[in-house]
Amino acid sequence: MDCHLDIFFLEALLNGLLLAGLLALLALGLNLVFGVIDVVWICYAELVMVGMYGVHYAYKGGLPFIVAAALGIVLVAVAAGLLHVLVIRPVLETAPINQLLVTGGVLFFLQAAATMAFGVEFKNIGISLGSLNVLDMSFSRARILSFVVALVGMLALWLFLTRTYMGTAIRAIAQDRQIMPLMGVDSRRIYLVTSAIGGGLAGLAAGLMVLNYDIYPQIGLQFGPLIFMICVLGGLGSMIGGFVAAFVISQFIAVGSSCFHTEWGYAVAFLFFMIAIFFRPQGLFGAKS
Amino acid sequence: MSAPRLSPAALAGLLAVALLPWAVRLFLGDSEKYYLHLLIQILLWSFIYTGWSLMGRFGLTSLGHGAFSGIGAYVTVLLWNFAGVSPWLGIPVAVVAATIVGVLVGYPCFRLRIAGHYFALMTLALTEFVRLCIVGLRDYTGGSLGTQPKRYGDGLSLYAMQFEPDRMLSFYVAFALWLFGLYVWRHVDRSMDRYALDAASQDEDAAASVGIDVTREKLKITALSAAMCALGGAVFGQYQMYIGPDTIAGLGTSLNIVFAVVAGGMWAMLGPTVGAVFTQLLSEGLRVVIQSSGILKSVLGSAALALDSAIYGLLLVLFIIYMPKGIVGTLLERRRQARPARVARAETPPA
Repeated sequence: MDCHLDIFFLEALLNGLLLAGLLALLALGLNLVFGVIDVVWICYAELVMVGMYGVHYAYKGGLPFIVAAALGIVLVAVAAGLLHVLVIRPVLETAPINQLLVTGGVLFFLQAAATMAFGVEFKNIGISLGSLNVLDMSFSRARILSFVVALVGMLALWLFLTRTYMGTAIRAIAQDRQIMPLMGVDSRRIYLVTSAIGGGLAGLAAGLMVLNYDIYPQIGLQFGPLIFMICVLGGLGSMIGGFVAAFVISQFIAVGSSCFHTEWGYAVAFLFFMIAIFFRPQGLFGAKS
Repeated sequence: MSAPRLSPAALAGLLAVALLPWAVRLFLGDSEKYYLHLLIQILLWSFIYTGWSLMGRFGLTSLGHGAFSGIGAYVTVLLWNFAGVSPWLGIPVAVVAATIVGVLVGYPCFRLRIAGHYFALMTLALTEFVRLCIVGLRDYTGGSLGTQPKRYGDGLSLYAMQFEPDRMLSFYVAFALWLFGLYVWRHVDRSMDRYALDAASQDEDAAASVGIDVTREKLKITALSAAMCALGGAVFGQYQMYIGPDTIAGLGTSLNIVFAVVAGGMWAMLGPTVGAVFTQLLSEGLRVVIQSSGILKSVLGSAALALDSAIYGLLLVLFIIYMPKGIVGTLLERRRQARPARVARAETPPA
């Protein structure tokens, strides 16, 4: 319990910032799907897990890492597209909570399927980028890379949503589901494209996750709740909000873990989330409805 | 309490369930312990599921009930292990603690009208918070490995509320709890609160405009539901003589509760019970099939253990898409559709 304002505390703060990049990227895909289709994929973190296994085995199979990571993006994008067509579309018109529950079934399925296919062991991809030492502080290069890619990914998504026809259609349908089909927008297609993009972002995050963490079938349960929290705390549809929320949450985790046990960092983060939502139900940066 | 009038069919059903362990003893004597264990599990989980369905049926989809059952189990066991407080006192304390937590989280949610997805995610955060606290307090709770209530004497004690070695007794404890759960469900089903909550779940503004205090009604049902889950969790811990953050608390438990009720049907009294029977039989049945099948075992190896979850997940998806009312709900609907047709035919005056 030694918590001093020294160089290690600064190291924890900066590491928290780097973790925020990864978490923000993870939340980005979910945020898009949640905001546009108004569906919560409870199995979102499991899609990331599928992507992680994909990247892992593609790399172990002899492909260069960058190709393996690209394959991971495609893999999860396709998986997310299938998820939408096979599972979400049939319940899109029913009670909203059904859409959340149905993806919960997918969560169990993916976790069990991964256990059967890959076993319960922790798998490490075996790429070490080493760490960067500044003063007495050390930062993992994989984290720094994740942070940079997360920023680039967010910028790319923002450009896509604001500068392309498809992006504009996606934003429009998020604002008014009833009117846009009358304006000649095919909502089925938009939803499918949005799901695939959301999956692609999850796949991108998966490629970075394998550099930072060991893979095991239950890894989704470790990250899933955090991702949902960041999404809601940031405010739906707000990318800046998502990043700020990721930053706040990761600071709780990083500083909490450096001063106390890891769980207390997480526990305080969840407590903060609940209290924050009581004060700002629309999220930190969400528009008031 | 006025004695609820029971139809002959219901009485016969209850009697049949009460006599089940004797049937097991008579016909399945060799593996009596195993089958009784299965029945006890089904009844205990049925009680917890019934507690959840009290909220779930009114559109309050909580993923936080793993937190309540966890609080119930852990507070009871910790009080016994570290303060020597008998569960007779410990369980009421645990139930009150869980109820307070439920109300503390519920009140702002209902005031701010956090509903649907947001309510689910909010309660999910509660579950994670409680699980992390359990793991964090590992000096007392044993962390992620879980802990055991200290055995009192030979493990069979009224004072310590320990009954695990006697499966017959355990069955009737679980049976009594299950009956109590059904009684509460029926009581709620026939109360004015039920109509108020039904109205509120359809249209909150309209319900409020006819004088329903929506927040208060929702809080009442949340408190009741949380208390039931805590009681169920506590008794479950006393029976299993082991509690772990993954068996009685945490997201996995929350999701299992929700899905079993969805499978069984949340709008019928026996829906949660059927859900418990269905999920327990499914996982046990698959386990037995896998254990006895040499081919499956050699192909899948130890991974075969995950096969039941995979099938379970797949079935849940199919249930929600094709049978959103669950097994019992769908059967009841079929019966209802069949009946008015007959009545209408009978009442049509001859031309």
